[in-house]
Amino acid sequence: MAEPSAKRRLEELGSEAEAAVVAAGAVSELEDVRVRYLGRRAELTATLRSIRDLPAEERGAVGKAANAVRMRLEEMIAARGAALEAAELEHRLEQDRLDVTLPGDPPFSTGHLHLVSAIRRELEDVFVGLGFAVLEGPEVEYEYYNFTALNHPPSHPARLPQDTFYLSDRVLLRTHTSPMQVRAMEAGEPPIYVVVPGRVYRPDTPDATHVPMFHQLEGLAIDEDITLADLRGVLLEFARAVFGASREVRLRPGYFPFTEPSVEVDVSCFVCDGTGAAGSERCPTCKGEAWIEILGAGMVDPNVLGYVADSGYDPERVQGFAFGMGIERIAMLKYGIPDLRMLWENDVRLLEQFGA
Amino acid sequence: MRVPVAWLRSYCDPGLSASQIADVLTMSGIKVERLHRVGVGDPAAFVVGRVLEAERHPNADRLSVCRVDDGGEQPRTIVCGAPNVAGGQMVAVARPGAVMPDGTHLGEPKLRGVRSSGMILAEDELGVGEDHTGILVLEDDGLAPGTPLAEALPIADEVIEIEITPNRPDAMGVYGVARDVHAVTGTPLVEDPTAPDPEPAGADRAEEHAHVEIADPEICLRFTARVFEDVKVGPSPAWLKQRLMAAGQRPISNVVDITNYVMLISAQPLHAFDLDQVRGSRIVVRRAHEGEALTTLDGVERRLSSEVALVCDAEGPSGIAGVMGGQVSEVSAKTTRVLMEAATWVGPNIMRTSRGLGLRTEASARFEKGLHPELAMAGQRLATRLMIDLCGARLVPGTLDAYPKPVGRRRVGLRLGRIGALVGEAVPEDEVHTVLERLGFEVAHGGTGQLEAVVPPSRDGDVQREADLIEEVARIHGLDRLPATLPARRRAVGRMGPAQRLRRRLEDALRDRGASEVVAYSFTSPSALERLGVDPAEALAIRNPLSEEGSVMRPLLLPGLLEALGHNAAHGRPGLALFESAHVYAAVTGDEEGDGSDPVRAAEEAPAGARPARESHHLAALLTEAVPPTWRAQARVADFYAAKGLVEALLVIAGIEWRIEPGARPFLHPGRAATVRGAADGRELGWIGELHPLVERAWEVPPAAAFELDADAIAELAPARGHDGYRDLTSFPAVVQDVAVVVDEDLSAARVEAAVRAGAGELLRSIRIFDLYRGEQLGAGRKSLALRLEFRAPDRTLTDAEVAERRSEIEGALAEIGGGLRA
Repeated sequence: MAEPSAKRRLEELGSEAEAAVVAAGAVSELEDVRVRYLGRRAELTATLRSIRDLPAEERGAVGKAANAVRMRLEEMIAARGAALEAAELEHRLEQDRLDVTLPGDPPFSTGHLHLVSAIRRELEDVFVGLGFAVLEGPEVEYEYYNFTALNHPPSHPARLPQDTFYLSDRVLLRTHTSPMQVRAMEAGEPPIYVVVPGRVYRPDTPDATHVPMFHQLEGLAIDEDITLADLRGVLLEFARAVFGASREVRLRPGYFPFTEPSVEVDVSCFVCDGTGAAGSERCPTCKGEAWIEILGAGMVDPNVLGYVADSGYDPERVQGFAFGMGIERIAMLKYGIPDLRMLWENDVRLLEQFGA
Repeated sequence: MRVPVAWLRSYCDPGLSASQIADVLTMSGIKVERLHRVGVGDPAAFVVGRVLEAERHPNADRLSVCRVDDGGEQPRTIVCGAPNVAGGQMVAVARPGAVMPDGTHLGEPKLRGVRSSGMILAEDELGVGEDHTGILVLEDDGLAPGTPLAEALPIADEVIEIEITPNRPDAMGVYGVARDVHAVTGTPLVEDPTAPDPEPAGADRAEEHAHVEIADPEICLRFTARVFEDVKVGPSPAWLKQRLMAAGQRPISNVVDITNYVMLISAQPLHAFDLDQVRGSRIVVRRAHEGEALTTLDGVERRLSSEVALVCDAEGPSGIAGVMGGQVSEVSAKTTRVLMEAATWVGPNIMRTSRGLGLRTEASARFEKGLHPELAMAGQRLATRLMIDLCGARLVPGTLDAYPKPVGRRRVGLRLGRIGALVGEAVPEDEVHTVLERLGFEVAHGGTGQLEAVVPPSRDGDVQREADLIEEVARIHGLDRLPATLPARRRAVGRMGPAQRLRRRLEDALRDRGASEVVAYSFTSPSALERLGVDPAEALAIRNPLSEEGSVMRPLLLPGLLEALGHNAAHGRPGLALFESAHVYAAVTGDEEGDGSDPVRAAEEAPAGARPARESHHLAALLTEAVPPTWRAQARVADFYAAKGLVEALLVIAGIEWRIEPGARPFLHPGRAATVRGAADGRELGWIGELHPLVERAWEVPPAAAFELDADAIAELAPARGHDGYRDLTSFPAVVQDVAVVVDEDLSAARVEAAVRAGAGELLRSIRIFDLYRGEQLGAGRKSLALRLEFRAPDRTLTDAEVAERRSEIEGALAEIGGGLRA
């Protein structure tokens, strides 16, 4: 009788396959088991396929038994597969373990702006915020713009070759950024609000506080009603932006050929907070004076406006202020740079401290 | 200049401490540099004493044992070494514990067995003179023993050291400084000591004794001289010596001290001649002959140029005008007749002479600021009183006065409303009057809202216009009282220009890719350029460089970068990426109207905006290391492609089209050098390359790659930001095709790329070379470039057929340059 033997065979097949599933030790072995017992050429598959050839009265029982074996096998393979995968992942992760104490990859290395550039930008940004445009100009300059139109009489000592580098009789390396005052006014009618950063040159033998090349930032504001009080207000904003929100500025009378009145501008010491004291000692930054001289300024001299009267600068109709500050001086004060010569040595041990 | 405070107080004593006076001066325009103490420590330890008896020391011939009444209950025993000590003298006594001017503390030492309980003092020990030949004997004019010595002698003082701006010659005299104190504080100022003019004596006339003449009025505005007879030359009194010493001058003799003292009060320098030594009794003022020699008072023989003004007698020069006298007619102990000179020299001329000779004196420092001719007579008046009082001299009637063009007093108008309009705060009219009058101006009403001020001679150089008067009012009113306001700023806006913004962006890009910025000198040495193979003759030269090292303006940034690299390599930092952003300099070229003879454009008096030289802003970098070493990767040395990668990044940021082609530079490896050009007009934008091995050797630097770009040119080519509108790159997918192109070895990648582009047509969106292969199967002299091509159409998805068609076009284009596609 065919039926009992067929059923027995299915049972045997089921037991054999279940043993194989249990015995499979890896996902790949389990796949082999699946192909062997559930694949297209597997005996169980053939049995199921041949059910329709059985006599009708046998079909139900055999089919039911064969399907039961297949379903059980599929469940077991899925369960076994999940277990094996989890084990294998765990193993792989264990294999991938790193020494987390080794150094990480350096971030894409970043360089540094030169301290002087960093400060120049900071100043530019402050003055842009105060409504000034940023201009630049030639460093090889005419004596006319550097001295004559800035109200330096022909005999002024700054014109001597001891104080100015000359390229020819009337061409020199600018000794300050002030010539751009005149160029800026020649180029455009009032009102004018500009700052001019740039390199300037003086034949000073290098020492801790002198170098033959340095940087200044010039400011110029000309309008109908600019006053010395406006200069004070602008420089107060500058001082607070650069040296701290609680700074004060102090104007003292000074002297420059191209401003009248001329003033020296002090800022309250940002190291001792304007007290002049560091503990029981004198503050080393302001030397106990509570104030630090920071720049020269003044109301643009009517004689200077006279040189650009044709461009709309009638000294009876417009007036304004000008100021000029040394960028290196701010660097020395703010960052404690002890010797100006270090700034042009370009030692990366210095460069890498600033401007990241 | 040193201003002794006690001296200052003798003219104006506001009842403030020395440091408060210093603040007053600083805030009114005379910057105080320092405040010193001079003289003894606590003056209480110094008293007047009477020597009761002086006996020879039992154990020392040269010492005396003195009993001195110093006002105490018992006389003191003091051992004294001075030869002139004697019983009955009134002397200066330091009690034990006194602090001497040099800082030493006086104890009670035993001298050869006798305890000395104090010290009898010589002039120099008190800091009131330089005499150390014996003790100082005080005049016995009613001083009681025990009187504080400070009541008899100026033994302690404070000195304010001030910095004088060029516009304030008046502040180079103590009285001028006192005037500022008066103006600020309102404390009364004593009468100008130069005002009274003593009466002469005798019936003779100065003209009978001497003659003065100005031969060249361009160098001397005024020359005055007075004649003194019966002059007794000797030491100055203690008070005068002390004032001079506190002011930093050595006392010499009464006559010479008088000239210095008058100068220190009034700022007018004087010179005293021994009239008997003035040959021919004649003074002539003239220019030196070129090369003429003179031995000045300091014993130095000086050769003079024809610019120098000389004071001469009948036979030759006797002094360099306004700077220093000569030895020929110096006042000596034997002098009895003095010719006192007070002259007015031309400031700029004195400055040039002083600078030319390297000889800056108290006199030249004053004359170079420009003195008014009226001050010469002021000096004469004060000197006359002192010559009579201190030297017993007789003033011969008459003043010799060569004064070719007398100068009047200046009058300057002031509109009162202009003060507030200029400084931002109105000053009341009565305050304006008060301030100007205290400063020595004579003030008169000049119409409604106006005044007119007569300028005192001592201020003539500085106050010539309305703005100058406003400064006077403002500085005394107090600049620090001004409010802080902000400008109304109509129409003006703050911004940086596009070129400035782009330059910042490019600098940031280099910084963020690992390069550090350097700042190097704008000048370099001709030899540095020669080491780069650049002709130094092409560079702009400085006529008066500090040294050969900085004598030419650099035409490129590379030398500064090489120096920085050398410096850091020498200090153990070889792996570097450095950049600089700065100007380079070149002569104007022929078509820019240079006159050909000069490297810089010749200037008219007013150049009207022209620039004398060609300057452009460059951005350059020098790299030795592209990637630093880590524990899991090797360092990558910077080579041509590392530098090129940075350049490409910068040009992408700038948004300009470019091309890079072989381009040799003398300082670059000839096979690894390229020129960068703008694609549109072929304009040169810079160069890229590896250093020539010979340059590396000459500069002693490690192998490095570099580039230098013209940031100005790039900014000109850069399109305005946001110029391009939106493009749809997402609606339709791109087709990516990799192709391998086999070509001859010497065919450049650019040629291959161009051929591929030509074949690929408009649908090609991007092309990227991602591999270079050479191998036997290609055959000798052939190479294979792998390219990734991306095709895209804006309006449809491309079909395989379309792309296949492109591919065959590419094949055709490559065939024309001898290349083909690899299967």
